[in-house]
Amino acid sequence: MAETIEMPEHGHDAHGDHHHEETFWSKYVFSCDHKMIAMQYMFTGMFMALIGGFFAYVFRTQLAFPGAEVMFWGLVTPGEYNSLVTNHGTIMIFWVAMPVLIAAFGNYLIPLMCGCDDMVFPRINRLSYQVFLLSAIVLIASFFVDGGGFGGAWTAYPPLSSQYEYSLTPLGSTLWVVAVALEFVAFLLGGINFVTTAMNSRAPGMRLYDIPIVVWFIVIASVLFMASVGPLIAGAVMLAFDQTLDTGFYDPNKGGDPILWQHLFWFFGHPEVYVVLLPAIGMCADVMTTFARKKLFAYRTVLYTAFGTGILSFTVWAHHQFIAGIDPRMANVFTVTTLLISVPIAEMCFVYIATLYKGSITLTTPMLWALSFIAEFLIGGVTGIFLGASGADVYFHDTYFVLAHFHYTFFPIAIIGVFMGVTYWYPKMFGTMMNDSLGKLHFWFTVIPFNLIFLPLFVLGAAGQHRRIYNYQHYPELATDELQALRVLATVALWVMLAAQFIFFYNFFSSLKNGKKAGNNPWKANSLEWVAPSPPGHGNFDEMPTVYRGPYEYSHPDRLKETGEDYWPQNVPS
Amino acid sequence: MSAEAHAHPNYVKVWAILVALLAVSVIGPEVGDATGIQAITLFTAFGIAIVKAYMVCKNFMHLNVEKRYIVYLLTTCLVFMLLFFAAAAPDVMKTEGTNWTKPLVLTAPPAHHGEDAGHGDSHGGADAGAH
Amino acid sequence: MAFRPIANTRSVTGIPTGRLAIWWVIGSEIVIFGGLLMSYLMFRLAHDEWAAHAANTNTAIGAFNTLVLLTSSLTAVLGHKAAEEGNGPKAAKMLWLTCLGGATFACVKAYEWSTEIAHGFTLTTNSFWGFYYTAAGLHALHVIAGCIVMLIVANKARKGIDLHHVELIGLYWHFVDLVWIFLFPLLYIAK
Repeated sequence: MAETIEMPEHGHDAHGDHHHEETFWSKYVFSCDHKMIAMQYMFTGMFMALIGGFFAYVFRTQLAFPGAEVMFWGLVTPGEYNSLVTNHGTIMIFWVAMPVLIAAFGNYLIPLMCGCDDMVFPRINRLSYQVFLLSAIVLIASFFVDGGGFGGAWTAYPPLSSQYEYSLTPLGSTLWVVAVALEFVAFLLGGINFVTTAMNSRAPGMRLYDIPIVVWFIVIASVLFMASVGPLIAGAVMLAFDQTLDTGFYDPNKGGDPILWQHLFWFFGHPEVYVVLLPAIGMCADVMTTFARKKLFAYRTVLYTAFGTGILSFTVWAHHQFIAGIDPRMANVFTVTTLLISVPIAEMCFVYIATLYKGSITLTTPMLWALSFIAEFLIGGVTGIFLGASGADVYFHDTYFVLAHFHYTFFPIAIIGVFMGVTYWYPKMFGTMMNDSLGKLHFWFTVIPFNLIFLPLFVLGAAGQHRRIYNYQHYPELATDELQALRVLATVALWVMLAAQFIFFYNFFSSLKNGKKAGNNPWKANSLEWVAPSPPGHGNFDEMPTVYRGPYEYSHPDRLKETGEDYWPQNVPS
Repeated sequence: MSAEAHAHPNYVKVWAILVALLAVSVIGPEVGDATGIQAITLFTAFGIAIVKAYMVCKNFMHLNVEKRYIVYLLTTCLVFMLLFFAAAAPDVMKTEGTNWTKPLVLTAPPAHHGEDAGHGDSHGGADAGAH
Repeated sequence: MAFRPIANTRSVTGIPTGRLAIWWVIGSEIVIFGGLLMSYLMFRLAHDEWAAHAANTNTAIGAFNTLVLLTSSLTAVLGHKAAEEGNGPKAAKMLWLTCLGGATFACVKAYEWSTEIAHGFTLTTNSFWGFYYTAAGLHALHVIAGCIVMLIVANKARKGIDLHHVELIGLYWHFVDLVWIFLFPLLYIAK
């Protein structure tokens, strides 16, 4: 029976002492190596982002120029519009934000930052990607079946989602539910690895408080996901049965209740937003400390607020249902908890700002992304307060105000967070540096247009523009010239922003070949991933590291005195 | 990997107790139905289920010697489920509102096809018996 | 060694990684079944007439199946004890007995369901039966999946390989038993 093996730990030789021949298939397609699996998730996620972004282009162009033919699409019918907005939301959350932030960066960083050679269960890791890939294929397949893709909004409320006579997408709705369910299973499988590796496989000497914040936050996010997704899996099975087998879980005529779905969905849906937020905001800690050359202002506070946020996030969900006819006394409770949850997140932002204070700041591309994350997310968070108060929400619910709020939170998470992570860890992943000037150009041409897209939407929402309507010309009060001008502004800004993404892709791919060689630690950072070669080989480290201190010991006086260095890698003995 | 050699309880004895509890939990509701005292049914059926669950967790899953935070993690999951029930039940269990009713709840259930509904539970199954 | 990285052998928390992983899986299953059962409970408490529908379930078969699962949990934990003592072949035998229990459960359930369907109680008869088949069906799927994994573990244990896996599949099996301990009164007895 196997005990914990006590022997000197050597990683596999970084030049690859493969016990087996690596074919194309075993190295790239069926790999068990966490870094390759991370790449698979990242590229799949980026590909899905292109689809999600394209959908946004199509429906926003329809809104700005209703009835006109959209280039690369054609005429947008009402049914197509619904399907576009539904799948845009679904894709961006489940097939872009989660795979890139949690699966790709989690897979890549956790073993490296914890100082071990791979995830604990490499084959389960591979399985999780395979299930995920299947889920993406099923979703894309749903666009091509008879009737087209599901169009009942990413929230899929029955009876629209459960009755074909309402949704008009018999195959599409079921494929959508199946795709989402598969994606949930993939992330449950992935979570096994993230949690056990970070908890059990840390390098000798790495106490809980020496774990980089991004790893902690990905672990907490995995736990949140695991604890919240169960009821929705049950609910999705019930929805699929209602769709295909004529059961009546959500049909009052058969003894069911549609509001059950709402509760099941949002019980997951709210913790889910923290599931995607935490990895991104965790990255900010690592990026900001590196480029401010300063210790994280209050590590334990940040960690405990993340725990607190996680627990609180389970108590706020019905703020999505304030006008669904829920018990008003419940609405009071959920208002209080929702307003409370803004406190820990605000605290995190304050800690990050305090970290910057008197730091020696370098405005590299990753740092710009990190700073903009905080600024934009603050706007998103503050506008959430209007929506969390049930009185105000009675007016704002289902208007573009909500949409602008959640894009001001989701965009930093899913887009800014991704670019922050990619530009920061690219040298480690690929061994070369991205072009910083192009990076900054891409940054400004993304962030400024982003604000020009969504600030007008706050105004439109406050003016009463309701969501999920394919043509506002049908509503005279909303079809005024001023409001239409705002729609056009938002759409044109989106075109500019989407065009600017070509800069990123060009930079990404050309730097692979032409970028400056990166070396192990181009940013002079402390955490363990920078000890490994760039890119790390099979087994990650030539010699498994031991840890002597926390990950944010920048500008430490003792270190400055002894060596003049303003950083103190975790694996360097004092 | 079970390096902590913990003392094993007498598993067969535990099993025997569980089977006895099962018998009580089946007979109890019969008594409860016969006498009409619903408390007996609830107590024996669900109360015993909780006791059985506790015994399985403690004796078979060794949760009493497992690290404490595992118990906390699992209990938290359970508590979240109770929280879900508490917050969703006021809505889902409501059968009528200002402008609506749930049709199926408020009409008597139609007689079903097959045997008549009061037939009960003794067709076809092998006699379970306590052994 | 590609499948057993160094990461797999460390244990900073003191809990072996395999066991940590199983607790994670059990946690996630608590919320899956919990969600389903809480939803059932909400409806059951609001629909008094479901008592009449539930009267058509066969309590004797349900009780028999409960007995089967409890006994299989016994053999599972005896297998764990054997594995701890290093006795691979005995652990394997115990696991096979557990599998037999699972198979018995599945067969009895198949018979029970075919009888009920023949009497006209199908998934769509009414929402009680909808929940009944969904909840018991989800549980049965977990029983079958557990049996398959158990056979794989037993096969390795017989040769003395990976004996620590015996405890892990046992833990999963106990959880499956736990779910049934609650399903039985909820579906069969709640009249």
